[in-house]
Amino acid sequence: MDYFKQDLSSLHDSLVNKEMSSEELTKATFAEIKARDLKISAFLAMNEEMAINQAKAVDATGIDANNVLAGIPIAVKDNIVTKDLTTTAASKMLENFNPIYDATVIEKMRQAQMVTIGKTNMDEFAMGGSTETSAFKTTKNPWDTTKVPGGSSGGSAAAVAAGEVVAALGSDTGGSIRQPASFNGVVGTKPTYGRVSRYGLIAFASSLDQIGPFTRGVKDNAAVLNAISGNDSHDSTSSAQAVPDFTAGLTGDIKGMKIALPKEYLGEGVDADVKEAIQKAVKTFEELGATVDEVSLPNSKYGVPVYYILASSEASSNLQRFDGIRYGFRAQDVKSLEDVYVRSRSEGFGDEVKRRIMLGTFSLSAGTYDVFFKKAAQVRTLICNDFRNVFNDYDLIIGPTAPNTAFNIGDKIEDPITMYMNDILTIPVNLAGLPGMSVPAGFSKGLPVGLQLIAKSFDEATMYRAGYAFEQATDFHKEVPTLGGQN
Amino acid sequence: MNFETTIGLEVHVEMKTKSKAFSPSKVDFGAEPNTNTNVIDWGYPGVLPTANKGAIEYGMRAALALNCEITKDNHFDRKNYFYPDNPKAYQITQSEEPIGRNGFLEIEVDGETKKIGIEEMHVEEDAGKNTHNPNGYSYVDLNRQGTPLIEIVSRPDIKTPEEAYTYLEKLRQVIQFTGVSDVKMEEGSMRIDVNISINPIGQPGYGTKTEMKNLNSFENVRKGLEFEEKRQMNVLMSGGIVQQETRRFDAPTGTTILMRVKEGASDYRYFPEPDIPPIHISDDWIQEVKDSIPEMPDKRRARYASELGLPEYDAEVLTQTKEMSDFFEETIQLKADPKLAANWLMGEVNAFMNTNKLNLQDTKLTPANLAGMINLITDETISSKIAKKVFQEIIKNGSEPKAWVESKGLVQLSDPAKLQPIIDGILDNNEQSIEDFKNGKDRAVGFLIGQIMKQTQGQANPNVVNQLLMASLKLR
Repeated sequence: MDYFKQDLSSLHDSLVNKEMSSEELTKATFAEIKARDLKISAFLAMNEEMAINQAKAVDATGIDANNVLAGIPIAVKDNIVTKDLTTTAASKMLENFNPIYDATVIEKMRQAQMVTIGKTNMDEFAMGGSTETSAFKTTKNPWDTTKVPGGSSGGSAAAVAAGEVVAALGSDTGGSIRQPASFNGVVGTKPTYGRVSRYGLIAFASSLDQIGPFTRGVKDNAAVLNAISGNDSHDSTSSAQAVPDFTAGLTGDIKGMKIALPKEYLGEGVDADVKEAIQKAVKTFEELGATVDEVSLPNSKYGVPVYYILASSEASSNLQRFDGIRYGFRAQDVKSLEDVYVRSRSEGFGDEVKRRIMLGTFSLSAGTYDVFFKKAAQVRTLICNDFRNVFNDYDLIIGPTAPNTAFNIGDKIEDPITMYMNDILTIPVNLAGLPGMSVPAGFSKGLPVGLQLIAKSFDEATMYRAGYAFEQATDFHKEVPTLGGQN
Repeated sequence: MNFETTIGLEVHVEMKTKSKAFSPSKVDFGAEPNTNTNVIDWGYPGVLPTANKGAIEYGMRAALALNCEITKDNHFDRKNYFYPDNPKAYQITQSEEPIGRNGFLEIEVDGETKKIGIEEMHVEEDAGKNTHNPNGYSYVDLNRQGTPLIEIVSRPDIKTPEEAYTYLEKLRQVIQFTGVSDVKMEEGSMRIDVNISINPIGQPGYGTKTEMKNLNSFENVRKGLEFEEKRQMNVLMSGGIVQQETRRFDAPTGTTILMRVKEGASDYRYFPEPDIPPIHISDDWIQEVKDSIPEMPDKRRARYASELGLPEYDAEVLTQTKEMSDFFEETIQLKADPKLAANWLMGEVNAFMNTNKLNLQDTKLTPANLAGMINLITDETISSKIAKKVFQEIIKNGSEPKAWVESKGLVQLSDPAKLQPIIDGILDNNEQSIEDFKNGKDRAVGFLIGQIMKQTQGQANPNVVNQLLMASLKLR
C-alpha cells in the first residue's frame, strides 16, 4: 500500500467500490510497515491477528459509504491503553503490560470501524521531545534517518510521514503532537483540552494532556478528530460542548479571517530558515484574503519554566502508582516494602522520567510549594489571559511550531535545558488549554518546517479551515521523504 | 497545681452511598476480598476518577446536620503517600476547602447544654485494607478503597474524657439520623483519632499534645483519655515534659503505650486534583439537601414529650437510634397508642433484642404488626396477658396479630351473656369464698377472678369479669 499516493477519501472509495477489502488493506499495511520500519523503527508492538480480525469484521458488515474511516488502519501511540495489545508507554516499567480495557478513543475508533494496526514508539511516559528517551528503540526521521523524529509522539508522526499508515494517534502535553508533526512534515493536531477523552491515556500531566490525530493532509486530520471527540462519562474533564463536523468548512475560502502573529514567536532562538518559512506563510494567508497583524503574548516567555514545574508536579503524583505492587515491573530479591518501591522505581524508570519526578516532587514540597507550584499556577493564568486578549480581536494565531527543524540523534539528549526550550512555542497553548495544529510550511536543508495554527477554545473548525486553505494554496504536503540518511 | 485538659477529636465516618466516591464500584461491607473493585480502584494505568454526586450530597447533608457553613466552591486535592492499600499512591481529599466549616454539636454535661465547635468537615476517599498473614505474605483488599468518608474535626472545646464520650455518642446519633451512615464501630464505619493536652490553669495557650489513633470504641476513648490525662499530669508534676508523640491504648491493661515520637510533619505534597473539575454548590442545591435531611434526634425528643405527652425518659430512650425512633414513628402512625408503643419498644422489644443479640431490623417485628397488637389491646380484643403471647409470635414468626389471635381463639371474652354462666358456675362451686367475701376478706375476690381466668384460659376481659363478679356476689 503506497500511502504517499492515497488519502482517506481515495482509500474509502477503493473500499466502497470493492477494489480491495479492509482485510487486504490491513495486510498490505503490515507488509509496508515491515519493509519501512526497518529504517524508521516507529512501531513498538503489533498484533496482526487481532487487526486482521477487526478488518474482517468490518468487511463482514460492509463498508459504510458515509463513513470515510470504515475499514482504515490506524496506529496508536503507546501511552494509550489497548486491550490485549501491549501498552508500555515506552517504559521498562510497563514492559509486557497487557491492559484489560480499552481507552475511550480506542472504543470510539472501533465504533468508527477503524482497525488498530499497532502501537508506536514515544519518549518514555511522553517525557521528551525526540523519542530518544524510549526504553526500547530510537525512531528515525523519515526525511533524514540521522535526525530525530521529534517527540514525544515521534513514532506516530514518523509512521505517517514514512507512509506506513494514513493516520495515527498521539498525545500532546507541551507540544508532543505538533512538534513531531513539524519535524516530519505532516499534520498534527492538539485539540482543545476537554475535546477528547483522556480515559485510557496513561497520565503524564493531567491538566495538560490531550490526545489528537496525525495525518498527511488537513481534511483527513479533521475526519479522525470527528471520530474521537466528545464528552465521556469516564473523564470529568471532557467537555459537553457539541462537536461540529470539522470537515464541513473546508472550502479553501478564508477571506476576511483575522489572523494574529505574536512577535515573540519570531524572536530570538528561532532559526532564520524557520522565520523565513513563516513569513512566506503570512504572505500566503494575505493572498488568500486574510489579514495578518503582529500582536504580543508578553507572558509566553515564562511558558517553559511554568510548564516544567506544573507538568512535572502532576507527573510526580501520576507516576507514583508504578510501585511494583499490582502490575508492571518489580525489582527482584527485594528485602522490604520500602525496597520494593525504591528498587522497582529506580530500575523501572529512565533518567528523564526520574528527573521530572524529582523536579515535581521538589516543586510540591512543603517548603517550596508556594514559590514553585503555586507561583507557576498563577503565571499560567497570566498566559491564559494573554491569549484571551488576542482572541478578543482575532480568529486565529499563527507562528512556527518549533524554533528549528529536526536535530541530530544524540545531539540534545544530554542537555535537558536545550531540549526543553524546543517546546517554547507549543507549551503556552497547552497551558491555556487551546487547540493547536502544525501543518507543513516549507523545508530547510531538506527538513520540514511546521506552521502552527492556534484557535479559540473549542474552535478547531476555524483552525482546520485556515489549515486547509493554506495546504491547498501550497505544495509542501505533496513532498515525500526518502527514508534515507543525510539528504 | 491544677491543670486544664483540652481534647481534640478527629472522626472518620464511612458513608453508605451505593457506589464509591470516585468510581462506579459498589460500596458493600464484608464482601469477598477485591470483588467490589474495578480498574479505577486498582489505580490501573490510564484510569480517571469521576466524582460521585451522591457522596458530595451526603457530605453536605452531614455538614448541615452538624450546623456547618457550606463551602460554595469545592475542589478536591491529592494527598500523596506510598502504601500498598493506597493504589494510586495518593488519596483524593479536601485539604484546602473542606465542604463544611464552623459547625457545632450541643451535648448535655451535668444537666447543662454545652456547645462543642466543629472546625471543619471534609469529604475524602477511604483506603483499602492490608492484612498480614503469618505465612510471611501481606494481602491487599481494595474493596474499601474509594469508599466515601467524612472527617469531622472538633475545636479544642472538649475539656474532659466524659465530654469526649458524650460528644461521640451525640455525633454518632446525629450522623445516623441523617441517614448518611450506619455508623457501626464494629464494621469500622466510624474511626476515631484523639489528641489530648494539659496546661496549668491560667497559663495561656495549650500544652503539648499526645495522639491516639484508630480507637475502636467510645469506652476505650474515655479510658484512654483518662489514662493520658493522669499520665501527663504525673509527668508534669514530677518535673518532666510531655513529648509530642503517638500512643496506643492497650485495652487489657487500660494504659497507653508509646508508638512513635513525632519527628516533624510528613510532607504529603498536597495539590489540587487536576482530574476532577471544581464543584460549585448553589444555594438551591443547599436548600434541596437541607429539605431532605430527616428530623434530628433533639427535635424528635422534644416533639415526643410535647406533642405525644411521653415522659422525658421515654423520649430520650426512643431517640437513641434512628432505627428505634423510625420504628416508633411508623407504629404510632398506624394509630397505636404512643405510650403503649413506647412501653413495648423500651420493654419487651429491647429485652428480646438483648437476649437474642439482634438489631431491630433483624427481627421479624414490623411496625404494622406491633401497631396491630397494641390496637387489639386498646380495643380490648385481647388482654395484656394474651398480648405477651401474641408479641412472642409476631416478633419470632412475623405473624399478623389479628389473624393469629383469631385462629388461636385468643380473643378476649367480654360478652356478659357468655361470662355470666361461667361466673355463676364458679360461685356455685366456691361457697366458702362467698362466705369469706361477705366477712370482708378481699382476697376471696382475687381467688375467684383467678378461677374464672383459669376456666377461660386467660381470655376473659378482667374489667367485665370484675363488674359481673361484684354484682353476682352482692346477689348471693
